[in-house]
Amino acid sequence: MRVTGRSLFDKVWDAHVVSDVPGGPSILYVDLHLIHEVTSPQAFDGLRARGLRVRRADRTLATMDHSTPTAPRRADGSLPFVDDAARSQVATLERNCAEFGVTLHALGSEGQGIVHVIGPEHGATQPGATIVCGDSHTSTHGAFGALAFGIGTSEVEHVLATQCLLQRRPRTMRVTARGALAAGVTAKDLVLAIISRLGVGGATGHVLEYAGAAVRGLSMDGRMTVCNMSIEAGARAGMIAPDEVTFTYLEGRPMAPRGDAWARAVERWRRLASDDDARFDRELSLDAADVAPRVTWGTNPGLGVAVDGVVPTADEAPSGERAAWQKALDYMRLEPGRPIAGAPVDVVFVGSCTNSRLDDLRDAARVLRGRKVADGVRMLVVPGSQAIKRDAEAEGLAEVFRAAGAEWREPGCSMCIAMNGDEVAPGKLAVSTSNRNFEGRQGRGARTVLASPLTAAASAVSGRIRDPRELLR
Amino acid sequence: MTERTAFTAVTSRLAKLVRDDIDTDQIIPARYLKATSRAGFGANLFADWRESEADFPLDRADARGAALLLAGRNFGCGSSREHAPWALLGAGFRAIVARSFGDIFRQNSLKNGLLPVAVDEATHAALVACADEVTIDLDARELRFAGGRVGFEVDAFSRDCLLRGVDELGALLARLPEIEAFERRHA
Repeated sequence: MRVTGRSLFDKVWDAHVVSDVPGGPSILYVDLHLIHEVTSPQAFDGLRARGLRVRRADRTLATMDHSTPTAPRRADGSLPFVDDAARSQVATLERNCAEFGVTLHALGSEGQGIVHVIGPEHGATQPGATIVCGDSHTSTHGAFGALAFGIGTSEVEHVLATQCLLQRRPRTMRVTARGALAAGVTAKDLVLAIISRLGVGGATGHVLEYAGAAVRGLSMDGRMTVCNMSIEAGARAGMIAPDEVTFTYLEGRPMAPRGDAWARAVERWRRLASDDDARFDRELSLDAADVAPRVTWGTNPGLGVAVDGVVPTADEAPSGERAAWQKALDYMRLEPGRPIAGAPVDVVFVGSCTNSRLDDLRDAARVLRGRKVADGVRMLVVPGSQAIKRDAEAEGLAEVFRAAGAEWREPGCSMCIAMNGDEVAPGKLAVSTSNRNFEGRQGRGARTVLASPLTAAASAVSGRIRDPRELLR
Repeated sequence: MTERTAFTAVTSRLAKLVRDDIDTDQIIPARYLKATSRAGFGANLFADWRESEADFPLDRADARGAALLLAGRNFGCGSSREHAPWALLGAGFRAIVARSFGDIFRQNSLKNGLLPVAVDEATHAALVACADEVTIDLDARELRFAGGRVGFEVDAFSRDCLLRGVDELGALLARLPEIEAFERRHA
């Protein structure tokens, strides 16, 4: 029996331990299993090879997002897949879901979108739940006070077959953002600042809990952006205690509880917050007012600076990291010692499971309204889901993007992972609202600068990396 | 229960790619993830680096045929793609020796019979300088080379699965009655 209080993570974990394997991991029960086309086919094959069924199809939800085209259908009604392999991967998911009785939000259906966008939208993502998906950005769902983490394909098969996973209890770290974010500074900037503090592997083995007034002050869209990028510091999961903002978002969603069940659920969810005397293995705190709009200069999300800062030189690297910094600088070809603002931009991407929600699109539109994407810059705006696409069109955002000269696309992962043909050409520099600036992530030889939708839009209209605050005055 | 080759000990020269934070997008770029089987990923291991770097370390004569890969810190960070260990296995690697590993990559590797071995700074430095064969002995949880022998950590459950060449799903399926009981309690 624990003598100290329990954290949000402790409460969710403890409630889902089926049993412990002696000398080994815990058997952890999974409330919701999200599936997409890239990491599931081999798992379904595994079920077939063993003659197993999907044990709880009612706790399994599928969509297609990674390999899917974001360009509109051709005149003949066909979908413009990048190649036969992409088409086949999507068809394989359709076949598997039909054979195993899994609900699929397929291309062309109203509920389709990026897996981490539609889970919350459908109300499938709920506080206190355990949620897994064969995708590292599953951490997104932690914004609702769920324990949500990415798994590999073998584990996808385990969950399909048993609704459980073998897991070792991770350590915990609380990240407290005091105060409030300044104007023009967003959830994306906050999480990029946190990752820079922790380093790209700094939270490995930990589950993060984001706390503090600045986190409380974020919308659900903002909270999802923060939790989404937990993995970029090495943490498999990031969590935020549910509150009125969470409940307001969820109430009335198709899969959320209704009536008396809703009231009981909210009462239960209120008790999930970390106890005052909860212990964390590590603590990090920062003052949100100190966070400026952030951009990355290197080839992992931890290598970033304030947008009004300077590209560092390799000499400034921490001990042991000089070679890595030099390699990153060589790849990015940004000038060390010079302000990063002003660096020429070829492509701007607004989208991905990090920043493709309505708040993100509103931010981008705020900058783009009445302005034009600079000559020579290609800007792609890819909504996270069909629902967001409809809302953005109804709100007039799509028209703002089109009028500015940006491409307004169908929902999907698109240029974040560049599997579907939406990619950045070799050597070109993209300011992207996505989550990874690894070498070649957005296309072979592509150079990625991660930023918020505000900064991305400001860079699009300027043709150079630009501090959005200059355009918001 | 799926059987695979049991992992006991591997002796090989080290292929050395001593870089920190090697992410899974480098190990297997995303455009190769459209295949729907587990086979064939080895040919595209580190595809972008192999293409863009003259004298890429894994293409050097002394790295050919190596079953052990030596990397830096935080190997396998980034995405959850199990295609990363599939690509490493497909290219003939049986174990990765590094200062540390990304969590999901580590788990994915163990489930596929690819052994992640984390070593301390001194051992790492000695291995970087080591041109001879190295033995990774899972049974003894020991890494042996000309510079000495050092223990490494692997949890008892994963080690048992690897030594017996069985996967973890069997262990979960054996516990289905407990899972059903859990569901009844929480219905």
